[in-house]
Amino acid sequence: MALDKPYKDVPGTTIFDAEQSRKGYWLNQFCMSLMKPANRERFKANERAYLDEWAMTEDQKQAVLARDLNRCIELGGNIYFLAKVGATDGRSFQQMAGSMTGLSEEQYRDMMVSGGRSAEGNRYLGEDGDAQPKSRSS
Amino acid sequence: MARITSSVYTSHVPAVGAALDLGKTAEPYWAKVFSGYEFSKEWERQQRPDVIFLVYNDHASAFSLEIIPTFAIGTAAEFNPADEGWGPRPVPKVIGHPELASHIAQSVIQDDFDLTIVNRMDVDHGLTVPLSLMFGQPQAWPCPVVPFAVNVVQYPVPSGRRCFMLGQAIRKAIESFDEPLNVQVWGTGGMSHQLQGPRAGLINAEWDNRFLDRLIEDPDGLSKVPHIEYVREAGSEGIELVMWLIARGAMSDIAGGPKPKVVHRFYHVPASNTAVGHLILENP
Repeated sequence: MALDKPYKDVPGTTIFDAEQSRKGYWLNQFCMSLMKPANRERFKANERAYLDEWAMTEDQKQAVLARDLNRCIELGGNIYFLAKVGATDGRSFQQMAGSMTGLSEEQYRDMMVSGGRSAEGNRYLGEDGDAQPKSRSS
Repeated sequence: MARITSSVYTSHVPAVGAALDLGKTAEPYWAKVFSGYEFSKEWERQQRPDVIFLVYNDHASAFSLEIIPTFAIGTAAEFNPADEGWGPRPVPKVIGHPELASHIAQSVIQDDFDLTIVNRMDVDHGLTVPLSLMFGQPQAWPCPVVPFAVNVVQYPVPSGRRCFMLGQAIRKAIESFDEPLNVQVWGTGGMSHQLQGPRAGLINAEWDNRFLDRLIEDPDGLSKVPHIEYVREAGSEGIELVMWLIARGAMSDIAGGPKPKVVHRFYHVPASNTAVGHLILENP
């Protein structure tokens, strides 16, 4: 019997479950390696060469090179691991989170200061909130 | 015998640690966050706890994907602040309490909670930010800490119910330790926040405040809330709040004692991506 995954219908959200974790194992372990200053230096000196040392898929490597965090997450990355790439780049958690929303850094910061993104319309796929797939493409 | 005198609940936002470490606490944005902890720091100076049992989660610092323990208790003599990619926080090292921690492990495992015992572990902002919020910036932390790490990174995380029951087993363990220690149990993380995807930035102040109300008045009912409600209402990272139920389960009223006294409650949006919640409950 298939496992119950009731979180699949939450818009704009990927739950890091065992399936995602399995897909993203090497992507996340690469990120983890950036906790060592010497590895951060090697990565910065030649990102592609450093990525090629890991058993990641080409798609995962491209997503890291492009710093496309939504794509990294889709391919099994987890935000707490991906944050090591952000830290290496000197970016804050707020800059990283904001980069996934389609808002500019300033717009995202202003949204947070005004109380954050509302849950209204963003609980289920198909509602009319601002995190729904349709409002992203418009 | 050791006694749990109170429980403390707080968010552990990394940017709060950075604001402290970089001397930004007086900036209006951060001053609002820190104002909620002025009472708490004075309260701690009066309480003088002997040990803090600190429930938190590791954020891919000590635990990578190689090993993912659901519940891990730190039994070491000391724990260093982790380098999370920005360099370690400039805070004192954390002194453990190996005797109490080992006693708790033995008691709780025999009560059917299968803890992982950790004798070497760095501790990240999940543990050090709450210490900074409650104690400021001392040369050394005022007392030993037993770190208790919960997996809330890879789904499924433990249920609220399991956490609440674990808290009860931890209370039994602490109160059977044969030294007259004043122990505080802290639950950290939350409140509503989502750090990933197009829905990042989600905040739900109404849900958070209802969580605080129920944590005080109806913890048993609150512990039955399923994971999916946390995700939908409080964001994918809001699920950290299950850890608060461990601390709440350790309070006397759950074992038939009198209701705790609410000595402090604070709520503020935002700190970076997150809603900050903070509560102090005392056992009468």
